Amino acid sequence: MTATTAHAGFRRLSGLGWLLANIATVTGRNLHRLVRVPTLIAFATVQPILFVLLFNYAWGGAIHPPGVQRYIDYALPGIYVLAIGFGASQTGVAIADDLTTGMIDRFRALPMARSAVLAGRTAADLVRNLFVLLLMTTVAYAIGFRFHAGLAAAAAAIGLALAVGVAFSWIFGLLGLLVRDPESAGIGGLLAIIPLIFTSSTFVAVATFPGWLQAFAKINPITVTVDAIRVLCVGGPAAEQIRQALAWIGALLAVTVPAAVIRYRRTTAT
Amino acid sequence: MVERLAVEARGLVKRFGDVMALAGVDLVVPAGEVLGLLGPNGAGKTTAVRILTTLLPPDGGWARVMGLDVVRQSGEVRRVIGLSGQYAAVDAYLTGRENLLMIGRLSGLSRSSARRRADDLLELFDLTDAAGRTARTYSGGMRRRLDVAASLVARPAVLFLDEPTTGLDPRGRLGLWRLLGELTARGTTVLLSTQYLEEADRLADTIVVLDAGTVIASGTPEQLKARVGGDRLELQASPGEDPTALAAAMVGLGSAPPTVDVDAGRVAVPLTDGPGILPDVAARLSAAGLRVSDLALRRPTLDDVFLTLTGQPTTTEPSTTDTVVVGRPR
Ligand SMILES: Nc1ncnc2c1ncn2[C@@H]1O[C@H](COP(=O)(O)OP(=O)(O)O)[C@@H](O)[C@H]1O
Ligand SMILES: [Mg+2]
Repeated sequence: MTATTAHAGFRRLSGLGWLLANIATVTGRNLHRLVRVPTLIAFATVQPILFVLLFNYAWGGAIHPPGVQRYIDYALPGIYVLAIGFGASQTGVAIADDLTTGMIDRFRALPMARSAVLAGRTAADLVRNLFVLLLMTTVAYAIGFRFHAGLAAAAAAIGLALAVGVAFSWIFGLLGLLVRDPESAGIGGLLAIIPLIFTSSTFVAVATFPGWLQAFAKINPITVTVDAIRVLCVGGPAAEQIRQALAWIGALLAVTVPAAVIRYRRTTAT
Repeated sequence: MVERLAVEARGLVKRFGDVMALAGVDLVVPAGEVLGLLGPNGAGKTTAVRILTTLLPPDGGWARVMGLDVVRQSGEVRRVIGLSGQYAAVDAYLTGRENLLMIGRLSGLSRSSARRRADDLLELFDLTDAAGRTARTYSGGMRRRLDVAASLVARPAVLFLDEPTTGLDPRGRLGLWRLLGELTARGTTVLLSTQYLEEADRLADTIVVLDAGTVIASGTPEQLKARVGGDRLELQASPGEDPTALAAAMVGLGSAPPTVDVDAGRVAVPLTDGPGILPDVAARLSAAGLRVSDLALRRPTLDDVFLTLTGQPTTTEPSTTDTVVVGRPR
């Protein structure tokens, strides 16, 4: 009896349509969690607002980067990336949690597409990140931030920040699968982001770093992507910086997406 | 006619580093039957379930589910199985209904059939009242029921249940046994792993006893219990009374001579006919003018099975002291 496959109401369980349907279902799951898990709500609301206010008022008086009138015009693109990166660490926590609780075993025993658990998580992160970016932009506007290069460039800046978020989500998804323990995944994620953020152009111009650090800071993907978002916000020739940022994002995805999916297909709860 | 096999596994081997989790295991479940995989912690039950549900590749041997190879046709196998793993895997932040809807959609049900199926299962598993609450507000028993319901959403041809009642209180266990009993009565093929002989006895048509990755016995629950010696009558002598006299009065009652734990004042009699023996016990007690402070019929446990089959208990327990055998077998 193979009634299952022939059962009325069942559909073809393969192909692109099936993959997209699975991703939509998993995205829905994660969006539900997003509004119900207290830490996730905090990561998506309180934290981004705090970042904008704290960095502006605590550091804005002391730091005067070149090329901008107000510090918030310089800092906001970096704060975008910081908030998205911190939020993405929760993706590592969630994936490790799904692994230890047996959720991934359950998903893997279903006929669903093998990349949908990770892709659906990433898609939900994208929605959350769009919300976080708009929230931070609103708060920043209230304290003096302005886009200086027009609406299209502003939309491109948000789009690029979202693309950085996609790369972050896959990196942390992979980390969660490798580390397996939710707490370690969370702490490990933050420990990876913090040095990268502070050795980049996020808060201060790279030119202020000691020479040996400048060399690293210039190739730091955070610098590359933050600079590209910043130039879209404050204006100026942007094409080359955007190209470099997209190259970094593409390279990171080219490694992490297949690595994470392969890992997912082999992993089981212990 | 050849019997249709829902699950057939031959010579399954799985190693984790130095640990031989499965050392050549054969398993067969005819369609419509329930196989109980009985074994202590670490026996290899979960590993076997994971191989059969395509989660782990075997290092040796092969397995088919509904005729489909679990390695080469893993995608097809996943369309015909349901899995309820060792730990209840439900999303704590989704409601009971949302959990079932999600699994339904991921199993290929249309939105409307997923909704109908979820409602039916919530009803069947007595979760309708809690359907709108997030699963983290559920008790352990409710979570496990939701988990088993989730494994049934796609009407699987073969259902795998890995220790479904471990960690449940006696009430939750009885509730789940009743549900699983109804399920198996309808002809669902089930492979159920458990540490409880009573559970396997209640639900399974055939029991396979697994120890350290090897099958050490298999047969119907009756065959297995016959080997273990069935039920046991336990008598506690009243304080001050001599348990040896009690044992002497019970000679010839059971399938083997009574044993006496002198220090504890306890007498144990192996039985084949459990409750049917009680009038005889009462008659013997009054004829001998003896009194007991406690009298119990005990079902054999996994430990008793292991003691009999391997001569060793499943876990290290303090050995019973001063046990002497009185009388002769009849
Ligand atoms: N992923 C794993 N890595 C290492 N050892 C494992 C793993 N899974 C199981 N084992 C070992 O394999 C043996 C059988 O485990 P398991 O199948 O979980 O037994 P059971 O389910 O009967 O308790 C145990 O000794 C266990 O420690
Ligand atoms: Mg187990």
